Amino acid sequence: MTSRVVHSTRASRIGMSVAAVLILVLLTVPWWGDRATMRLLVEIFYILALAQLWNLLAGYGGLVSVGQQAFVGLGGYLLFILVIFLDIGTIWTVPMAGVLGAVISLPIAFIVFRLRGHYFAIGTWVVAEVFLLGFAQVKALGGGSGMSLPIAAIKSIAASRADRDATIYWLALALAVAVIAGIYLLLRSRYGLALTAIRDSEEASRSLGVDNFRAKLLVYILAAFGTSAIGALIYITKIRITPSAAFDINWTVTIIFIVVIGGIGSIEGPIVGTLIFFLLREPLAPYGTWYLILLGVTAVVVMLKAPKGLWGLFAERFDIALFPVQRRLLLGAVDKPG
Amino acid sequence: MIEWINSIIQGVLTGGLYALFAAGLAIIFGVMRLVNIAHGDLIVLAAFVAMVVIETTGVDPFVSMVAVLPFMFFFGYVLQRGILNYTLGDDLLPPLLVTFGISIVIQNLLLEIFSADSQRLKAGPIEVSSVQLVEGIELGILPLVVFVIAVVLIAGLQIGFSRTRLGRAFRATSDDPSTARLMGINQKHVFGLAMAVSLVLVAIAGIFIGIRTNFDPALGPTRLLFAFEAVIIGGLGSMWGTLAGGVILGVAQNIGAKIDPGWQFLAGHIAFLVILVLRPNGLFPRTRDD
Repeated sequence: MTSRVVHSTRASRIGMSVAAVLILVLLTVPWWGDRATMRLLVEIFYILALAQLWNLLAGYGGLVSVGQQAFVGLGGYLLFILVIFLDIGTIWTVPMAGVLGAVISLPIAFIVFRLRGHYFAIGTWVVAEVFLLGFAQVKALGGGSGMSLPIAAIKSIAASRADRDATIYWLALALAVAVIAGIYLLLRSRYGLALTAIRDSEEASRSLGVDNFRAKLLVYILAAFGTSAIGALIYITKIRITPSAAFDINWTVTIIFIVVIGGIGSIEGPIVGTLIFFLLREPLAPYGTWYLILLGVTAVVVMLKAPKGLWGLFAERFDIALFPVQRRLLLGAVDKPG
Repeated sequence: MIEWINSIIQGVLTGGLYALFAAGLAIIFGVMRLVNIAHGDLIVLAAFVAMVVIETTGVDPFVSMVAVLPFMFFFGYVLQRGILNYTLGDDLLPPLLVTFGISIVIQNLLLEIFSADSQRLKAGPIEVSSVQLVEGIELGILPLVVFVIAVVLIAGLQIGFSRTRLGRAFRATSDDPSTARLMGINQKHVFGLAMAVSLVLVAIAGIFIGIRTNFDPALGPTRLLFAFEAVIIGGLGSMWGTLAGGVILGVAQNIGAKIDPGWQFLAGHIAFLVILVLRPNGLFPRTRDD
């Protein structure tokens, strides 16, 4: 009897095909969609990407950070610094903000990694507060009242408004797809196996020779890279930045609720969570605070009753995985190549 | 020179208030390894509860404690037994995310009910009266009272932990939950009482915040950070450590504010990060966080 280990399932092959078609359709939106639709989609893309990165940190790396707004804001400010003081093309600031954010995350990791578990969470929040208060002190960046992107920098993206909207739209879509694909590939690699092992038991993974510290550091730096790049993109769309908005805890509140409600520890979870978040937000936006109260209560109930989130409930019921990162052992399967 | 000494002394007094924030956080961490992200919002909630009591009955803020303290004790017990006990286990995520959710709910409910306006609890002449120590150094009576109460409460907690039945139950559960359960300790009840005691400290801190400064529904998160910083600076598991941590934080903030008003909170956070780098286990560590 031969056995083999497989990644993919029928559902995942169908899922991949659907995803590919969906991406192709989304690519064409600038030719037929109106401006409001595109703006909404851009926001969905960057919130989804942020949620995926937080899920990688917390759901796989076991690093529950409530301070990711530090990197959103940092990416935003790097956009302004690179454009205004170094005269770099607006679009190019996105990858550069990612790289610089990753570099800056190293000394931060050196400090916050001294805190374990819950205390790590609040430690990352303190770091974000330091960024907020620190940037508010920098007069060259407008201090507490912030600054706007120069018209020339906006024009440099593309000459006409329609072209600018399309460029930003494709950039946002590319970032979201790259983040999801990157996390998927990472989790299917040896590192992904190490991360899953750490998530399930730190002691056991260490005893099997996994370097826990190195794996967690890698995840932290990757999340900083992605979050800073997305931060730069967000502030290209917003044009105006202030410290209190850029380093707002609400960035992290939103993505935590999305991941918890959708399902932590899976790639599908944040996608489901993001869709629910925007479906609820559109009709409930006029009720501001009640909307946040509703989200908070839902997150608490989901965490208590269905810790794997809505996707987790669904996947468990039907044994479906669209982005399978676990390995399945097929006993007695026919040993054919591929 | 005298101005700097004055800043330091005022910082020490502010530290008393921070120690009150921190003591509540330290107790529940010590007993059940729970970090309550809603801690700061509960402080603000207590201040608003006091405001309602004062407005409806017309009593003094100090007298309002007669109602607010038992209310928060009860609230803490119910919160723990009704929700938080179900989050405790090997996994770190549920308690963190549930208290995070509760924090957002409390903040926004307060915002909905009381609006974003700044509020204040009026305590009469004590708010402004002070004694002059030497030329250039004046001690406000109210900060002095808060500091003394903080010291007395922390001393009381320390004695309570080592001498009373409940204190022994707290320590036993903290050291070895399964053996404590075998010895007939009802763990769920003990956790409920720990949260109840924590929220009594929160209530006292909330009322003093309300008298000393303005408060609004958005104030909670920064108070959580101060409490957390004081606990870590002092060292986990040590009650006197939280007082030391609160004082160091208060002094750092006051010195920062003296240099530049914008540097007040920044200086406190930086002092915390520096201590974290130099002494990761805090200044007076008792228990290790694992």
